Amino acid sequence: MLLSGSGKGQPGAVPGWVGYALLPVLNLVAAFVLSGLVILVIGENPVDVLSLLVSEALGYPEAIGYTLYYTTDYIFTGLAVAIAFHCGLFNIGGEGQAYLGGLGAGLVALALTGWPWPVVAVLAVLASALFGAAWAFIPAWLQAKRGSHIVITTIMFNFIAASIMTWLLVDVLIRPGSQSPETREFDPGVWLPSMDRALGWFGIAIPASPLNLSFLWALACCLLFHIFLRRTRWGYELRTVGRNERAAVYAGISPARNIVIAMLISGALAGFVGVNEILGVQHRVILNFTGGVGFVGIAVALMGRNHPVGIILAALLFGVLAQGGGQLSFEYPTINRELVMVIQGLVILFAGAMENLFKPQVEALFRRRGTAAAETGRS
Amino acid sequence: MEDALLLALQLLGATIRVATPLVLAAFAGMYCERAGVVDIGLEGKMLAGAFFSAAVASATLNPWLGLLAGIAAGVALAMVHGFACITHNGNQVVSGMAINILVAGLAPTLAYAWFKQGGQTPLLPNQARIPAVELPGVEALSGIPVLGPVYRELFNGNNILIWVTLVLVIATHWVLYRSRFGLRLRAVGENPAAVDTAGLSVATLRYQALLVTGVLTGMAGSYLSTGHGAGFVRDMTAGKGYLALAALIFGKWRPGPTLFACLLFAFTDAVQVRLQGVVLPGIGVIPVQFIQMLPYVLTVLLLAGFVGKAIAPKASGIPYVKER
Repeated sequence: MLLSGSGKGQPGAVPGWVGYALLPVLNLVAAFVLSGLVILVIGENPVDVLSLLVSEALGYPEAIGYTLYYTTDYIFTGLAVAIAFHCGLFNIGGEGQAYLGGLGAGLVALALTGWPWPVVAVLAVLASALFGAAWAFIPAWLQAKRGSHIVITTIMFNFIAASIMTWLLVDVLIRPGSQSPETREFDPGVWLPSMDRALGWFGIAIPASPLNLSFLWALACCLLFHIFLRRTRWGYELRTVGRNERAAVYAGISPARNIVIAMLISGALAGFVGVNEILGVQHRVILNFTGGVGFVGIAVALMGRNHPVGIILAALLFGVLAQGGGQLSFEYPTINRELVMVIQGLVILFAGAMENLFKPQVEALFRRRGTAAAETGRS
Repeated sequence: MEDALLLALQLLGATIRVATPLVLAAFAGMYCERAGVVDIGLEGKMLAGAFFSAAVASATLNPWLGLLAGIAAGVALAMVHGFACITHNGNQVVSGMAINILVAGLAPTLAYAWFKQGGQTPLLPNQARIPAVELPGVEALSGIPVLGPVYRELFNGNNILIWVTLVLVIATHWVLYRSRFGLRLRAVGENPAAVDTAGLSVATLRYQALLVTGVLTGMAGSYLSTGHGAGFVRDMTAGKGYLALAALIFGKWRPGPTLFACLLFAFTDAVQVRLQGVVLPGIGVIPVQFIQMLPYVLTVLLLAGFVGKAIAPKASGIPYVKER
């Protein structure tokens, strides 16, 4: 329908890279122009601020470590949202699933004091997957069997998760004698090694940062995600349900089963945020360690077009925003951390909700050039 | 006896005060969802309304200009939502989320830069707040046993916006079920193609619905920061937009039941404040968190069909694309 209007629409005249490269970049530029306006409104120079943001995120090795640490979270939640998308589901519950995943990882680390870290790491990965998946299971089951709208149920489950975790940390798991609602610190022996420590074993020295081994697990998850979705029967069935539920039923594929499977995987992926945050960085279970990663995951999946490579790139972009934006407040007294959320919101708005904003114009432009080239070729 | 009555009345009074922004937001959602536009962005619009009302009220010391600014902010964001979802057929859930995140960042950012008080507006003096209505005859009626306290606790001293909300609730019922606009609004949410065939613009109707949504969410925000509270603090909506959405579903997108759902949620909140630390016979102390999550659990149970099925307007969430 968008092709109509130009009169001589030739399908295929618009090169593929326009869809997955040019349009996202245009949307991104629009988002950053508006962010620049906001910075202008609060009385700073947008070019200075944004260039400082980039240099604070990518300018020196330590900063890159921090950026990749944020990227790790966003890869996990981006993949989580993407796998649900492939099955036609909208998982807004990444936040709650990540929160519960952190609880799973934390309980393992608390219980296994004195064990070697590789064993703890593997068990914590399993536990966080289990807890995250369990938290996604109820909305999934309700969607599959009772048709309850998964967007609303997952939002509700975010709130329920927040309440339960607050209760657990305030009343149950709190370190005895402590005032702040958090568990005791894990035994240093079970911490997931940071990247600088791990690379140190091979004689490579990098500056210390929160970046840890879960980054490698995130990259591995991208690969597993791709293999599962494109190279296995389960992945094929899952995508079929997402594309056309009725066709899936005719092909003997159960939508209910695949909805539950997709959400279980989604919840598990979101749960891995807990491994990075709790086992890798905080070394104790704390309140609100997720801080919106589940929501950023939606943006990451949308920008990355639900493809692992795209998700890594988009996660990197949001990692840069998180790290660079956080540093801005040290340089500019008028700017605080929340500016990052403004930019995030604008990027989601333009790259997600208004992704078709420039499409008609750009496609018309390419089609005009295409027909012009064809005519000169003929004469 | 007298004490029990007073306690009950105080609880009900608190319920009304807590329910007002919920009712405004839920009814805001009712207009756009009945027209087929899902809006998760109620939360963000309320927060924007709260911030801009407080900011303008604190700068001009005029609460009415503040109210106008809040409404303008709500409407502006509603139009952004419409531009993304109606004009560009964007994903309504994504657009709503984006607006929530954007405002959650924008309000403290601007507050930080303009007022330099750590992301909030200065405390508003009384003349910059939307006033309460003092009714006549409180003294005269105070001698009468039941009527006196009821009049004093429930009716006297309510914020003007509470009364406005009451009027809006009744008006909404009339508009939705008795007016031509309401008929068209409901039609466009159920079967936009039929409305289109009848020669009406689906886009215009949906934009009109979103306009009302913007006005009501702006008012809800205004009530929070300049009526009920005295200034904007960060995250002051605290999930009320989502709770309103839950109330809307709980009320099955109908005015009466939605109002009831809002009052129920507000009542649990009022009770919750009272119940903190109270030992119940046989159960012991119920952790606050469990009472706080009651509305959310109720909503999930309702959606699961255990409390009766909630059926959304048929076309809600689906962009309308004209066949050519």
